[in-house]
Amino acid sequence: MQALSELTDDALLDRLQQAAFAYFLENTSAHNGLVADTSRGGAPCSIAVVGFALSCYPVAVERSWMSRREAAALTLRTLQFFWHSPQSEQPDATGFRGFYYHFLDMQRGRRVWQCELSLVDTALLMAGILTVGCYFDGGGDEDDIRSLSEALYRRVDWHWARNGLATVSQGWKPEYGFLHYGWEGYNEATIVYILGVSSPTHPLPAASFAGWTLTYQWENLLGHDVLYSGPLFTHLFSHAWIDYRGIQDTFMREKRSDYFENTKSAIAIHREYGARNPRGYGGYGRDFWGITAGDGPGNREMRESRRDHRFFGYMSRGVPYGPDDGTIAPWAMLAALPFNAEAALRGTRHLLKRYPQVCSNDRFTSGFNATLQAQGIGWLSEGWFGLDQGLLVMMIENYRTGLIWEITRQCPVIRTGLMRSGFAGGWL
Amino acid sequence: MSPIAAPPTPSDPASQDDFLRRVRPSGWQNPPPRSRYDLVVIGGGPAGLSAAEIASRHGLSVALVERYRLGGNSLNSGSIPSKAIIRAARVLSSLRDDEEYGAAAFGPLTDFPAVMERIRRIRTRIAEYHSVERLQAQGIDVFFADARFAEAHVVIAGQTPLSFKKALIATGARPRSSNIPGLDLVGYLTSDSIFDLAELPKRLGVIGGGPLGCELAQAFCRLGSRVTIFQNEAKFLPDEEREAAELLSMSMSRDGVDTRLNTTVVGARTDAGAKWLDTVNDGIKCSIVVDEILLSIGRAPNVEGLALAAGGINFEMEQGIDVDDFLCTTNVDVYAAGDVCNRHLFTNVAESSGRLAVQNAFGARMGRQHQAAIPWCTYCDPEIAHIGVHAREARERSIPVKCYTVMMQDVDRAITDGQDYGFIKVYVRQRTDQILGATIVATRASELINEMSVIMSAGIGMRRLATIVHTYPAQSDAIRLAAVAFVNSRSEDLDGRRPQATGPP
Repeated sequence: MQALSELTDDALLDRLQQAAFAYFLENTSAHNGLVADTSRGGAPCSIAVVGFALSCYPVAVERSWMSRREAAALTLRTLQFFWHSPQSEQPDATGFRGFYYHFLDMQRGRRVWQCELSLVDTALLMAGILTVGCYFDGGGDEDDIRSLSEALYRRVDWHWARNGLATVSQGWKPEYGFLHYGWEGYNEATIVYILGVSSPTHPLPAASFAGWTLTYQWENLLGHDVLYSGPLFTHLFSHAWIDYRGIQDTFMREKRSDYFENTKSAIAIHREYGARNPRGYGGYGRDFWGITAGDGPGNREMRESRRDHRFFGYMSRGVPYGPDDGTIAPWAMLAALPFNAEAALRGTRHLLKRYPQVCSNDRFTSGFNATLQAQGIGWLSEGWFGLDQGLLVMMIENYRTGLIWEITRQCPVIRTGLMRSGFAGGWL
Repeated sequence: MSPIAAPPTPSDPASQDDFLRRVRPSGWQNPPPRSRYDLVVIGGGPAGLSAAEIASRHGLSVALVERYRLGGNSLNSGSIPSKAIIRAARVLSSLRDDEEYGAAAFGPLTDFPAVMERIRRIRTRIAEYHSVERLQAQGIDVFFADARFAEAHVVIAGQTPLSFKKALIATGARPRSSNIPGLDLVGYLTSDSIFDLAELPKRLGVIGGGPLGCELAQAFCRLGSRVTIFQNEAKFLPDEEREAAELLSMSMSRDGVDTRLNTTVVGARTDAGAKWLDTVNDGIKCSIVVDEILLSIGRAPNVEGLALAAGGINFEMEQGIDVDDFLCTTNVDVYAAGDVCNRHLFTNVAESSGRLAVQNAFGARMGRQHQAAIPWCTYCDPEIAHIGVHAREARERSIPVKCYTVMMQDVDRAITDGQDYGFIKVYVRQRTDQILGATIVATRASELINEMSVIMSAGIGMRRLATIVHTYPAQSDAIRLAAVAFVNSRSEDLDGRRPQATGPP
């Protein structure tokens, strides 16, 4: 097989996108559609990864990696599992009030690790459920997909998740109640509000999105104007589903920007930060960036070149305020493809050439640290993470054909949610 | 109004006798009272002292009543001792970084009593500036006694009735107590008692992640204690910018402080001679063993024992004395100033409110307290300072705001100093160059914020600021760089007109 670096852009994207999708084929429980959080042995299912997987099945159908019948059957099994699995206050249920626990065991689909009933992860799951509900427009299994998609979405009690406050909390635990840290500042939660305000059954109040945007900060950072959020993924997650080009909410109208342009600015800041490399980390440059939430080398301290370096495990890293321990997400540059294709491809090609170890079997590892020299190749995250692979499949597709954005532009829930949150203009 | 110009008299600064001679002389005899005072000040802390001094300088007859020692919390257990211990901690911390500078790393702290002795020496030296002797020399009658109102225009100091035209209540605040089960039995320190420690605690648990809790957690960690800090909210310093609080978290972790956010201390107990703190984080229970506990969960206003009702003065136990914008209480001849009535419990706020209260009580023109123009600082490393509005406040008030941020890691002098963690953020009313406020996180933020204070009081905008030449290299150049970023920013900021840098008028 030809080396990745020798391929044309189109062939390169094809290879990387298909390999990313294959993660789902390799890590899904056939009987319930649950997808493992990572490829590591014994990893539980992450409901967010299921949301990404569902959204990728239409891509696989259009690219003939799966037959439509096969994809519909797997989708239906997944939706049936979520519909029939136990919803209760029991600590080992699958969900409660239409929401789901963040992590479920792969076989029975019950809560593991005493994890939280997660609002944002349920929103990502629902985004996938709504995507397949819109894409599968035929008869038979596809009929059932549509009705289950609607039923699952209608069951989510967004109203309850506010816990009586103006904006949503991050989660809930049966042992404890609502987790009391709220969300401050812009982040990946836009999709939570858009899906929440649109609900015909248990909606968030329309004002809740505006309430959240009060915590936004419009900043001039490293020479660029941006609605600030540090980790790169926060500028990508909601965007994987929603085409923000040309549509504006009140905040963006005031700033004469939109959330698509904002991600472009965030990418420019990440590249500028890479070039400045204030902490002197290995590899950093204008074509080596992508600091985000993800796996890391673990909590350790190291003294190198007479400087103290601290490393972290799985955590949310960000730019320019940090935390930054020299770890990047090798997939993140490519996931920025729809926003700045030139930068995404330049960075990805540089990475593949200089550090080919970050991409084994054509699939990007979750984290890479070139400063921490383990066996001379830098620290590499073990295996693969489903979120990374799903986001890559969707973003590459949005760049190539705009398929996901095309589907969700027709999705009434998303359209209504955007409009109720104050979005207008462009394709709306 | 300049402070007293003469330097303190040289003396043995280490002596506790010297300290007491300045703040509470032994065998003190209260003076015979005048028939009526222009002003009676209750409380000899920063607010009360500044009020008494300015009033007496204007020829008013003044009595100052203090129940404990002059100097208040600031001198005795707050600003001064905490900054002195922070300095010791910073010195140790920087010596440990020496390898990068080609020197051998320095070992652990060996003489904790020397650190505490230095604090006491500093406290003694600074006490001289507002000593009893100096107050007397200014004609102020000082009474060391409890004070309580007998009626609308009479305060009783001990047994002595003091009749007044106007009075000022400046009794300050004290460390808030807690209802954590078992804590009283186990025993704990507060800012009032931690500076009396004779030896460095091996393990210190700090309950509360406000300014003082964070400052002392970091300082004791750097001195060599194993420190765990518990904060029941999602971030430290809840009143500050998220990025500032997160930078502080990272900095404390780098120092080795075990930081526990979203963690509530639900119980304290003694087991086999050790102190245990039981905590809950998102439903997960944990127990931590410590040698000492510092409780730092805020301050409660000193409103008890003053018989405020007899003076016709309304108050609440939590919020303190009820004052209007002019610091006047519900008794039109009684004012309040400082921690007993302010939201921001800082020495500079207390002092300025003390002066303002006197001006309002006796002057021809009434003035409002301009909280917006008062800078404040938390003295962790990096320091976190703020002035004016936060972006969120501006947005809540529908003021379009844009932040111009300069990272200290991009400031030449911060790089050469090895002090490049932090940022300067200037909040500007969008489509104008009007500065609404600033947050500074930097090793010397307490100094840098004062430039912002001058800029804002002088009404200097971003365009003008961009042209003001600073020394190079200097950390304060970051402030000018924020203004340069404004000038270079895209054209929409001035309604389509590209902002032009212009020279001073």
